[in-house]
Amino acid sequence: MKKPVIKFSNYSFKYNSQIEPTLHNLNLTIYEGEKVLIVGPSGSGKSTIGQCLNGLVPFSYKGEVTGSLAIMGQEARDLDIFTLSKMVGTVLQDPDGQFIGLTVGEDIAFSLENDCVDQSEMVEMVDDIAKMVDMEKRLQSSVHHLSGGQKQRVSLAGVMVDQVDILLFDEPLANLDPTTGKSAIELIDQIHEQMNKTIIIIEHRLEDVLHRNVDRIIVIDEGRIIADEHPDTILAGSILEQHHIREPLYVKAAKYAGCSLTAEMRPSQLRTFALKDCQEQLIAWYENVEREGRTKSSPPVLEVEHLSFSYHGDQEIIRDLSFSIQKGEMVSIIGKNGAGKSTLSKLICGFERPQSGKIMFHGQEVTGDSIKERALRIGMVMQNPNHMISKNMIFDEVALGLTIRGVPENEIKERVEKTLKVCGLYPFRNWPISALSFGQKKRVTIASILVLEPEILILDEPTAGQDLRHYTEIMEFLVELNRQGMTILMVTHDMHIMLEYTPRAIVITDGQIIADDSAAAVLTNRELIKQANLNETSLFELAERIGIEDPKEFVERFIVFDREERGKWQ
Amino acid sequence: MAVEMLSYIERNTAVHRLTGVTKLLCFILWSTAAMLTYDTRILIFLFLMSIWIFIVSKIEIKEVSFVLIFIFIFLLLNNVAIYGFSPQEGVKIYGTSHVLFEIAGRYNVTLEQIFYQFNITLKYFTVAPVALLFIVTTHPSEFAASLNKIGISYRISYAVSLALRYIPDVQRDFRNIALAQQARGLDMSNKEKLPKRVKNAASIIIPLILSSLDKIETISNAMELRGFGKNKKRTWYSSRPFQKSDYFVITCFILILVASLIITFHDGNRFYNPFQ
Repeated sequence: MKKPVIKFSNYSFKYNSQIEPTLHNLNLTIYEGEKVLIVGPSGSGKSTIGQCLNGLVPFSYKGEVTGSLAIMGQEARDLDIFTLSKMVGTVLQDPDGQFIGLTVGEDIAFSLENDCVDQSEMVEMVDDIAKMVDMEKRLQSSVHHLSGGQKQRVSLAGVMVDQVDILLFDEPLANLDPTTGKSAIELIDQIHEQMNKTIIIIEHRLEDVLHRNVDRIIVIDEGRIIADEHPDTILAGSILEQHHIREPLYVKAAKYAGCSLTAEMRPSQLRTFALKDCQEQLIAWYENVEREGRTKSSPPVLEVEHLSFSYHGDQEIIRDLSFSIQKGEMVSIIGKNGAGKSTLSKLICGFERPQSGKIMFHGQEVTGDSIKERALRIGMVMQNPNHMISKNMIFDEVALGLTIRGVPENEIKERVEKTLKVCGLYPFRNWPISALSFGQKKRVTIASILVLEPEILILDEPTAGQDLRHYTEIMEFLVELNRQGMTILMVTHDMHIMLEYTPRAIVITDGQIIADDSAAAVLTNRELIKQANLNETSLFELAERIGIEDPKEFVERFIVFDREERGKWQ
Repeated sequence: MAVEMLSYIERNTAVHRLTGVTKLLCFILWSTAAMLTYDTRILIFLFLMSIWIFIVSKIEIKEVSFVLIFIFIFLLLNNVAIYGFSPQEGVKIYGTSHVLFEIAGRYNVTLEQIFYQFNITLKYFTVAPVALLFIVTTHPSEFAASLNKIGISYRISYAVSLALRYIPDVQRDFRNIALAQQARGLDMSNKEKLPKRVKNAASIIIPLILSSLDKIETISNAMELRGFGKNKKRTWYSSRPFQKSDYFVITCFILILVASLIITFHDGNRFYNPFQ
């Protein structure tokens, strides 16, 4: 029998700032050397569980604890955050925010410095750990010049240098492009196997985590444990769907086709998934699903011609880039971190000035227009709503752009109310913004741009950090806007967005367009996927395995079907 | 990218190679000398020397121009205030009154007052470039270690160095927020009247503060989870041992301080008086 390292017994926790407890009566045991995945929708309490383990709860975030949590046999409440940090090492999401040292070596050494380790000894230990994560040649590099994957490696090394027994990963995949996310999961797996650590991953990108084996999946919702089972059992059942957690797409397809799944079919990975019994059903389903025809073409609303841009004469970030967007289209701009996609959106909004090239709006050149002028035609919604919100009340925030422009008051009222209705925010119009959830704040920022009546809307990572339900809510809202004639451009590295919502995808690598095609075509093109750090969709492999001749068509039919199914939730 | 002010500027020069502790000590010695003396001859010597150090460090004026302009404005305000509150300060100090012309009441312009305010200005010009150099030539990771080595608590040292490090981040956020607000029609340019511009600036400051608070929460959690603040002391991965040049430079600065103090005080007066 394995030794339990973490044991929650009848554990409840309530933040001082909240009325309702966040965790209810938790009973959970994690054994030495296990690799456990905790999933749950936003606000389910899954992050709070992580904070209980590393001591942020209750030592930094105060609240009421009842029941017991034993870590390595000791009651967590009787310890302090520093003792706990020697047992549980935490890799937080967003490595950028948590780097303390400036160079790789310094950041890895941070915890040793706090332990007063001698400098010479420290250098040696840092070298050893850096070798383990393949970063020994980059010790002098600035952490901010590393790629996303290297950043992950450094933050992992900074935690492992403490010789912790338990490693806790809080949303390790957020902000990583698909390929980098995949290699992060491989790295975690490698550490797990070589060093026999206990590993706990908190993440809602289930399919990406399951790229490598996990021993157990724990499903949390509303502060309670809903399920605690082997991944195969969880995937075969319907718990994930009930709690709005995205199932792997190949599992979803099999369920749509009416296959009855069992744990014995080992659905947790596509490699092991025994398809024999449901192959026929899948093919039959594929042949039955209808797909709407292509939308007809209309005149271009936005044209970009030979655009080039660099900061202060450095290397060009955008190189001779051209494309055009038709009225009423919904397009995603994708590419790996640092490919130039955010810069492109800034150029289109006039936040930056191109060195050469033209931007045309309805055939008229707008390259020289000011930000303010361009904002009347092209609205930009930034990734972080907190970067945009500056008023206390929803109505005032949405009205801000009109007030500044000196629009008469009765017209402001009319336009704001109309926009709030479109965005589903009308009932909340007199609420303070601080009372809204992240997803609702996002809507407020979208509303505050829509009220200016632009013809094109550009969104930077519209669903970053959202669980499936909020994701669907935001995206369906955008689709609805699109149906009403709004042209929408989205900058993203979320493949689900492009696959499920945008008929057309523009792929950018090193400041150039390498593909401009349908999303399904992009995600089934192995060459492209590799170049742009994307991931092949598991649907493609599934289609190949059941012997469908045109896997791309299978993917497209699945998407249409899936969207209709999810539309029924609302 | 926004111009990053007050952040480390990488060069390979004699100034950069000195350890952070040396630079900090020299900065303190230097400021002490410049603060204590009003002897114009010493101030001119220190001023010329600070220009020479600036040249040696290969930092270009345009890289620090923003801060320099800021200092100039401050200096100007300071001079106006001195004259406004105490137009006869120079006469009191130097004991003579060479009136150039009268304005009204006690406000006249004397050579003594001009000379006194010239000395004040000179003080600014001797301290400001060296202070700037200390900040832009000390690698931020050495910064905290240096402060800690001269006896400041490591928590405070780290707070100061983190604050300096976040300046570029905050500038970037500021720029992004400002752009987003401008896109909603906010006018921050000279076209708008001043009260309106101040009001408009608030719609940038509020989101900036909120997003900075988020950042602070993340980093303080990350630090705490890795044992920051556990012990009374801590060691430093990137602190560098003293070289011969460090000892040499510190000695030189001590000599400058001692010499300037002797020259200043040998006649019992901090002021050099050309009027007698």
